Amino acid sequence: MAGGAGLCGLLGSALALAGFVGLVTGAKNFEDVRCKCICPPYKDHPGNIYNKNVSQKDCDCLHVVEPMPVPGPDVEAYCLRCECKYEERSSVTIKVTIIIYLSILGLLLLYMVYLTLVEPILKRRLFGHSQLIQSDEDIGDHQPFANAHDVLARSRSRANVLNKVEYAQQRWKLQVQEQRKSVFDRHVVLS
Amino acid sequence: MDVSSDPYLPYDGGGDNIPLRELHKRGTHYTMTNGGSINSSTHLLDLLDEPIPGVGTYDDFHTIDWVREKCKDRERHRRINSKKKESAWEMTKSLYDAWSGWLVVTLTGLASGALAGLIDIAADWMTDLKEGICLSALWFNHEQCCWGSNETTFEERDKCPQWKTWAELIIGQAEGPGSYIMNYIMYIFWALSFAFLAVSLVKIFAPYACGSGIPEIKTILSGFIIRGYLGKWTLLIKTITLVLAVASGLSLGKEGPLVHVACCCGNIFSYLFPKYSTNEAKKREVLSAASAAGVSVAFGAPIGGVLFSLEEVSYYFPLKTLWRSFFAALVAAFVLRSINPFGNSRLVLFYVEYHTPWYLFELFPFILLGVFGGLWGAFFIRANIAWCRRRKSTKFGKYPVLEVIIVAAITAVIAFPNPYTRLNTSELIKELFTDCGPLESSSLCDYRNDMNASKIVDDIPDRPAGTGVYSAIWQLCLALIFKIIMTVFTFGIKVPSGLFIPSMAIGAIAGRIVGIAVEQLAYYHHDWFIFKEWCEVGADCITPGLYAMVGAAACLGGVTRMTVSLVVIVFELTGGLEYIVPLMAAVMTSKWVGDAFGREGIYEAHIRLNGYPFLDAKEEFTHTTLAADVMRPRRSDPPLAVLTQDNMTVEDIENLINETSYNGFPVIMSKESQRLVGFALRRDLTIAIESARKKQEGIVGSSRVCFAQHTPSLPAESPRPLKLRSILDMSPFTVTDHTPMEIVVDIFRKLGLRQCLVTHNGIVLGIITKKNILEHLEQLKQHVEPLAPPWHYNKKRYPPSYGPDGKPRSRINNVQLKPIAEEREETEEEVHLLNSTTL
Repeated sequence: MAGGAGLCGLLGSALALAGFVGLVTGAKNFEDVRCKCICPPYKDHPGNIYNKNVSQKDCDCLHVVEPMPVPGPDVEAYCLRCECKYEERSSVTIKVTIIIYLSILGLLLLYMVYLTLVEPILKRRLFGHSQLIQSDEDIGDHQPFANAHDVLARSRSRANVLNKVEYAQQRWKLQVQEQRKSVFDRHVVLS
Repeated sequence: MDVSSDPYLPYDGGGDNIPLRELHKRGTHYTMTNGGSINSSTHLLDLLDEPIPGVGTYDDFHTIDWVREKCKDRERHRRINSKKKESAWEMTKSLYDAWSGWLVVTLTGLASGALAGLIDIAADWMTDLKEGICLSALWFNHEQCCWGSNETTFEERDKCPQWKTWAELIIGQAEGPGSYIMNYIMYIFWALSFAFLAVSLVKIFAPYACGSGIPEIKTILSGFIIRGYLGKWTLLIKTITLVLAVASGLSLGKEGPLVHVACCCGNIFSYLFPKYSTNEAKKREVLSAASAAGVSVAFGAPIGGVLFSLEEVSYYFPLKTLWRSFFAALVAAFVLRSINPFGNSRLVLFYVEYHTPWYLFELFPFILLGVFGGLWGAFFIRANIAWCRRRKSTKFGKYPVLEVIIVAAITAVIAFPNPYTRLNTSELIKELFTDCGPLESSSLCDYRNDMNASKIVDDIPDRPAGTGVYSAIWQLCLALIFKIIMTVFTFGIKVPSGLFIPSMAIGAIAGRIVGIAVEQLAYYHHDWFIFKEWCEVGADCITPGLYAMVGAAACLGGVTRMTVSLVVIVFELTGGLEYIVPLMAAVMTSKWVGDAFGREGIYEAHIRLNGYPFLDAKEEFTHTTLAADVMRPRRSDPPLAVLTQDNMTVEDIENLINETSYNGFPVIMSKESQRLVGFALRRDLTIAIESARKKQEGIVGSSRVCFAQHTPSLPAESPRPLKLRSILDMSPFTVTDHTPMEIVVDIFRKLGLRQCLVTHNGIVLGIITKKNILEHLEQLKQHVEPLAPPWHYNKKRYPPSYGPDGKPRSRINNVQLKPIAEEREETEEEVHLLNSTTL
């Protein structure tokens, strides 16, 4: 089931992410650290921002601000005003996270499109006539899983592995349908 | 409300053994597939019979019986302990059992920290996607995109060539009205599509994922069952759509939903450990710890999270849970910190770094901010509840998707022109919290600079405001109005939506405005006596950022009515001990002011709106009614439905179950003596009879059902009796009919009872359920107390069945003793939620 898989993916990747971070911080990517110095306007020099990849102990105005905009005697006064911050990030974590997120979102969207658009068409083709007769009211309310009851009953008569999957899916659909009823129609919870 | 017609809503608890009942109306046709491992033998129950699978579990939308669950756990614990010595394997098992509590909170902490990291990173990226895209690396948000760039300037810090706005990409120009309009259009387009995706995912896959979740979690922790509310689909959809909802720019936050996400993790992991998966009371201990982990990652405030769990959400919070919450919060915070989602080595975006002192006279504006926070809280609760009630009761609630789209469209259209509302709300709060040092270049810090160049950086005196500040104040005022209005309409729409961040933003905006006003006042009138002492010319005495912080705390306090945990959360955000007193003053004031307009916080108000069976431990019961006034059946009702211990047949019981909708039946000795034997739950009865009919031979409709220890002697030709002693609760809670309701309510609160029998001389008169108590409380609230003078209540009370002389009245009027007529009435914890229209 896509949900289970998605969830496993989500939790697994979340835990993997946690482990991953340790790994990444161990082998630090050079682009992932910066020392950023913000220097406010001083005399007639405008404010400026300096940005450099240096190690944490070198992260001060003297190492980062290059070329020094002020002449020698003023350097100390100028540097006193600058604020240097050492920052690190993990671009790999960000990349992996965004890719995981987008792929789960994409899967869910595909599944959603399948459930709302494709499946009703397939159903109509497969079960065709009989379906239309017995679920007049179902068609009326445009619920994507409105015929879950029927399919559930049908799938339970047969029993093999494939049908178990289908059964699980139908059961889930039934649950969602009930949830939807209580949230959106009857407004008994979460209103 | 027709909920009661169908109590058997399906189950999606996130475990492996999910029961499914065919949705026959209601009756004996159970297809139980769950609970194979549940061992229902407690010391309450008789151990002679084989345990029947499924007995001792609960239906959807029912209340758990804390007492029974706790007994069950103690029994299990004893069993494991006694077996411990037998073998090394049993020893290992007992060790595993002892450690499983810590293991499950560790896993929960890990998962919620990691998920919070994912949500933070993804939400930041998607929020910036509304503006533009990073061409060199598509997965970076705006700030990360310009991370290594040397092209940023002091004035325009966030501009770098790698980051392209949509206008630059589509029409190729970065400036001018054309590009503004293009950006505007793209902003609305993305906001609408994110909102649409979020709401349709919620609608199709997991409707329970909408909203903030805290009211429901409070209810669940107090012992209610909502199947599927903490299930895996809810977790998946909530995580995914939360990002979309935040990114769509709606006026909502991710903090409340993060608590829900953490609780889902707790629930799912508790299925790995039989200690927690089979016991609803123990599971709630894990959930308490999980909610602490949720707040811990939401605000980067581990201790605040523990206190939040204690003060706001938890119902039953023993010390052991406190330690586990503490540990879960620690693990979660650690994981989030190592993911470092904001690249600032902090857990939140809006931490503060300044440590400027504050002065005594500033308490006055702080208290003013507290008053504002209280007023805002009261207004918000009223307005939002009115709006939600409208959504609940009128046709307008039928169009959740359309509603979300409209709200998102309005928000996007109005938000874009104002730079402060266009920002992500967290970033707005960050900007408002920041103090104006020399390094700041935003228009909020556009003061007229006349300092001479030799001064040291840290100590900037109060300065006159420049034009930038004045225009920023105007924009902030507009943003304040906009946020206030939109938040009222946003909280409660069918996407994951938290309330903390918008409330904090409103408070921070108001606080910043007040702060700047006080600052300018102090600058221009430094000879006033209040300023004279502290604010000389050239002294730095007012920090507008601090006012924003205090305002944020006050507004959040006004809405949620939290006190201790809120102060600790904000204090952990700032890391400055020196601001505790201002925060406390503001939060306390806002609570007082808010309480003057209505005692309940937003979460309690939503619980009441939805009619969840939640007995608030904070409320006092001050009325003088007696148990006999509250118990069912009432005088006009048909008599109590009871079972007799040994002369009913299977058919009789099945008929009784089919004809009534009560969830439990008292068992009495016989119709003649009416003395109480025990209590049998409807669910257990149906399951037991069903399984007996399947498995035991010779059980037919005319078989006697026997709850007694010894089977009565039966005629030789009659079928085998069915022994059901094992499902009988032999120690139901009883009170006498003259017990004051004060005591009954207290028993219910403290012990977490589900029902309580009312007896007189050992004879069952009626039953009181949690729902009866809630209804009674509501009634008392509506009909204000009788007009008796107050001293009346101080005297010894004579219950109504006593005459004025203090002697017992004859008991003809009492409900119960309609002599031996067949008693078949019984109330029990009704299936449905309280009908909110009667509230």
